[in-house]
Amino acid sequence: MGYKTTIGLEVHVELKTESKVFCGCSTAFGQEPNTQVCPVCLGLPGALPVLNKKALEYIIAVGLALNCEINEDTKFDRKNYHYPDLPKAYQISQYDKPVAKNGYLDIEVDGKIRRIGITRVHLEEDTGKAIHGEDGSYLDFNRSGVPLIEIVSEPDLESPEEARLYLNKLKNIIAYTGVSDVKMEEGSLRCDANISLRPEGTEEYGNVVEVKNMNSFRSVKKALEYEEIRQAELLDMGQEIVRETRHWQETEGYTFSSRSKEEAHDYRYFPEPDLVPMSISKEQIERIRESMPELPDQKKERFVSSYGLPVYDAEVLTESKELASLFEDIVASFNQPKKVSNWLMGEVLRLLKDGGQELADMPLKSEDIVELLKLVDNDTISNSAGKVVFEEMFKTGKKAMVVIEEKGLKQISDKEELVALVRDVLNKNEGQVNDYHNGKEKLFGFFVGQVMKISKGKANPGLVNEILTEELNRLK
Amino acid sequence: MAIGAKDVKHVAKLARLGLSEEEITTYTKQLNDILEHMDKLNALNTENIDPLTHAIPGHLNVMRPDGVREGLSREAALSNAPQSNERYFKVSRMVGEGEK
Repeated sequence: MGYKTTIGLEVHVELKTESKVFCGCSTAFGQEPNTQVCPVCLGLPGALPVLNKKALEYIIAVGLALNCEINEDTKFDRKNYHYPDLPKAYQISQYDKPVAKNGYLDIEVDGKIRRIGITRVHLEEDTGKAIHGEDGSYLDFNRSGVPLIEIVSEPDLESPEEARLYLNKLKNIIAYTGVSDVKMEEGSLRCDANISLRPEGTEEYGNVVEVKNMNSFRSVKKALEYEEIRQAELLDMGQEIVRETRHWQETEGYTFSSRSKEEAHDYRYFPEPDLVPMSISKEQIERIRESMPELPDQKKERFVSSYGLPVYDAEVLTESKELASLFEDIVASFNQPKKVSNWLMGEVLRLLKDGGQELADMPLKSEDIVELLKLVDNDTISNSAGKVVFEEMFKTGKKAMVVIEEKGLKQISDKEELVALVRDVLNKNEGQVNDYHNGKEKLFGFFVGQVMKISKGKANPGLVNEILTEELNRLK
Repeated sequence: MAIGAKDVKHVAKLARLGLSEEEITTYTKQLNDILEHMDKLNALNTENIDPLTHAIPGHLNVMRPDGVREGLSREAALSNAPQSNERYFKVSRMVGEGEK
């Protein structure tokens, strides 16, 4: 039987404030355990939380970037549960009045725009971190109280691939707003997924399974694909899907049940009496809206309209804020947008991918790339030599001219020198010249190849073509 | 709305409280008394009254600027922990999983 898949995602993102959400402890990542703690984030009796203003501004910015309504009246609530990484036995979170709600983001699926609803975005505190040892569990509370936002999507996603596209887009948008590092490997972005299947043609949603513990966008997709198959097989056998939480096992590639039904959640939310409610004014919202940077979709449109780039190029270039600004910096001094785009999408992205690096790791500045592009453009070096030079620049951080000198790659554009080379080739290949004149015109390419070979690839190909035509005509 | 011994046991379990049968009887009665009082409040017409989300009405937007302040030293933080290894708090091995 065919089934329709329904997926909703819950994404947690840590905000990049200097200090924690309810106390002044540092949020710096990777410090010695329990060195960024105080009575508030350790949950010591009598300690009182005070909201970090920046955390509120940041979540409003995310809400606006995701086209949400901002709740002008908002408050915190206690979510009660017992777990050792939560020292107060409750998490300060938001229940019925999240900061932002009813938003959306657009993803592109097979060339079509799909609008995915955002149910809500709320602010809460992160928990501590546990390391499980043989003889017990060890707790580090440096992360306890780091501002965290939870972004809940509507169940609008219809495939694991759509889930991946949504995550990419969400990550990109948040990176643009600059409020988080959104690094899954450092835990500043985490994702849980809800997935259900229903028989094709029916309307009622199937039982929802929550999947946790995915540590990359790829594993989110893989875990959801696994669940699709598992649930379809059970449904095919007439079995009911158990509503439960399952954990993704990354190395083996399967999900397993991790919480029994008896422990079903009962969080007993109630308003947090230690924090007063917040009232967000329209003026404040507008101020934040005005100070927001251009977002990926707007930038993409502008790249198409003002640089005349194909939509695909604009999409790729705006996928990261850094790449987009590198593009604009280069185009500012080398005004051939499509050529610049080809270099960035071809050479730069390829080398980054090969080295498993990020753009920030590249030792080159925009002016270094401009210099190289100009040297290719004025035929000092050929396009293919340009790629070799670029690779060397990318690896060593050397300037284009330095690499060209070192490798002796300067293109030969001197006409006399080239005529000599062409004549040399034609003299050595009399037989082929005769064949050429007798109609085997394909041999032209052979002569070009020979000239390139003896010039070690340095001959200017345009000029070689020109001179070769002249010389062959002369010999006719 | 009346609650029974079963509800009291459930709430006690969620709060990690071990109650004797006697205590369960006591608390069931006390909690029902409280709920009865709530029913009295519910009888009032509150149609045009905004819900009160805090004990001090009108007290809003208490915030601090984002800035790092020195907290406790690790030694002090761990000093009252029943178990620690000088770097981490230590607890019995955790089973299951937490929330975010």
